[in-house]
Amino acid sequence: MTEITHIPPPLGLEPGAHEGEFLINMGPQHPSTHGVLRLVLRMEGEVIRGVWPVIGYLHRNHEKIAESRPYSAFTMFSDRLDYLASMNMNLGYAIAVERLCGFEVPERAEHIRVIMAELNRIASHLVWFGTYGLDLGAWTPMLFGFREREQIIDLFEMACGARLTYSYIIPGGVTEDLPDGFVERARAFLRMMPAKLREYDDLLGDNVIFRRRVEGIAPLDTETAVALGVTGPLLRATGLRWDLRRDAPYSIYDRFDFEIPTGTTGDCMDRYTVRMTEIRESLRIIEQALDALPDGPIQGKVPRVIRAPKDAEIYDRTESPRGEYGIYIVSDGKPQPWRLKVRAPSFSNLMSVAPTSIGLKIADLVAIVGSIDIVMGEVDR
Amino acid sequence: MPSPETALSGEPESLLAVFGWYILASVLVIGFVTVSAMFLIWWERKVSAHMQSRLGPMRVGWHGWLQSIADALKLLQKENIIPARADRPVFWMAPVVVFIPAFLAYVCIPFGPRLIAEDLTIGLLYILAITSVAIVGIFMAGWASNNKYSSLGAMRTVAQMVSYEVPLLLSLLGVVILTQSLSMQTIVESQAGIWFIALQPLGFLIYITAATAEVNRTPFDIPEAESELVAGYHTEYSGMKFAFFFVAEYTNLFTIAAIATALFLGGWHGPLLPPVVWFLLKSYFIVFLLMWFRWTFPRVRIDQMIGLGWKVLIPLSFLNLILTSLVVLLLQGGSAGGVS
Repeated sequence: MTEITHIPPPLGLEPGAHEGEFLINMGPQHPSTHGVLRLVLRMEGEVIRGVWPVIGYLHRNHEKIAESRPYSAFTMFSDRLDYLASMNMNLGYAIAVERLCGFEVPERAEHIRVIMAELNRIASHLVWFGTYGLDLGAWTPMLFGFREREQIIDLFEMACGARLTYSYIIPGGVTEDLPDGFVERARAFLRMMPAKLREYDDLLGDNVIFRRRVEGIAPLDTETAVALGVTGPLLRATGLRWDLRRDAPYSIYDRFDFEIPTGTTGDCMDRYTVRMTEIRESLRIIEQALDALPDGPIQGKVPRVIRAPKDAEIYDRTESPRGEYGIYIVSDGKPQPWRLKVRAPSFSNLMSVAPTSIGLKIADLVAIVGSIDIVMGEVDR
Repeated sequence: MPSPETALSGEPESLLAVFGWYILASVLVIGFVTVSAMFLIWWERKVSAHMQSRLGPMRVGWHGWLQSIADALKLLQKENIIPARADRPVFWMAPVVVFIPAFLAYVCIPFGPRLIAEDLTIGLLYILAITSVAIVGIFMAGWASNNKYSSLGAMRTVAQMVSYEVPLLLSLLGVVILTQSLSMQTIVESQAGIWFIALQPLGFLIYITAATAEVNRTPFDIPEAESELVAGYHTEYSGMKFAFFFVAEYTNLFTIAAIATALFLGGWHGPLLPPVVWFLLKSYFIVFLLMWFRWTFPRVRIDQMIGLGWKVLIPLSFLNLILTSLVVLLLQGGSAGGVS
């Protein structure tokens, strides 16, 4: 297990404290910090001697806002947590409220939810694929990834009219039924995608320069990963077969047959392979869900003003594309939560940057931060 | 056209004629360099767009062919920003120091049998020497910007240039051994029968690799690595000063393609079409090849790149040099009865 040393600033940050070293401020405005992450780096030439992630530049106070809004209103805020996977964010919150209040969800809505959540997982991984290529200096993967993501976004637009912040999955079901032609277009997407995945591997995954940039970079062992609270593809890349869709099933995931890909060393290459395999598995889940899609209502019995039981609390977790996404709600019987806490996977995953990047080069740091797939909207909330 | 020697020794009219020729040549070269750079910028945008299932510039002119001119006009109007703590004179000088060598190199580029500004007897040496000066300008830019990213970019440039100048020179020496000449025109003329790419395939590959690094293009665009160093040495440059860097970059791109054409691909030799058309066709093909690299490959890491230069390319180019020398020596030994 790697020793986790974390020297908080300003310790070791004084200029001139280390001979021949200098501080460099990477972000919050920098091309490869994925939004507004700021990294303070202590550098010795090209070599990194210290990393301090500084967060909070995208803080919008979602958790506090939730305390003064009705339960149904927070769905719109959950969209803006991980804005690359709004469906998954909606789903996690909806399930938490349903379990807190004991709402039933109709079968058709459950299936639609799974289809949407998995489509969004693919879309999110495609954005990651593209931007990871960009981080490593390859421009074309970004356009390729976005080209296929566009088709998923079109599907979402068909279903709910929105292309980024969907607010589609709400406590009790989904807002709208699937429109005519949705199933056919989704099936066409499923047929088209495997060939595109091979194209991605040809372009980036099997490229010798790419492999030499990511293989053996930032290996992470399972123990350290667990100690840091790392989840999602990063944890699976270390070799631990842990996926909440299988290990703590929610919605109707226990009915589907899918594999959970794992890596061996937890390096950046394993993270790439795990994500690309996850896209293939998500395609399988969507196909099964489309086959089993029943007719029926899409919205269960939910009162207009949701009131949770007095002195109740719930921690509900779901597998977002980035890892364990948890919603903790404490209720005092009012129409608003007394306290709402979001456990954001990117936030915990970000903690693995500092221990794994010391002694590597600045180019490797870009590869590591990219491989974590952070979304600052979720880290800062 | 009188040669400079007769002119300097002779009457004033021929002196005037020589200066007139020089001025005409420089105007032609500047004109070609600028137009070619603008064309290449537009072309790169088109090539990259079509590789990425996009269209690229489409609005200004037919398929956006006026886009580069529009961009140049925009850059001319831009505010002239100099960072507060920059070293002002050096900051001003740097783009000029980068741009001038880029365009001076065209003196010895043989576009056709008679289409060359001046066929120096040391033409190849001159081109390689003059293009190396640009490093000084890049380092000046990085240093004067007083920005850590710029400094890192400048340091990377120097490391990269030092590593890749050597295999670049060595890979071209094979051709020089074959032709026994440094004059660009002689080198092209001696390829009337067979192009040197057939005799020097290894040299050609080493040259293309090293030249890609020399002009800082992907996969060796480390000095300006966008995702690491924002824009490297020209992070702080904007407006016309940025345009100078940009034009110099594309000018150098054409220069290395022209050298590759002249030394390995038979220069202006070719059937049917006029020689200058052949030269441009071959050069732009090499440029297209480099663009193809750029829009397909990721970027290598700085240590991997320097390792490739010193551990792979330099030994290979020495091997190429030794093999070429041996073959030439043996052939000469057969014909001239030994070399004293």
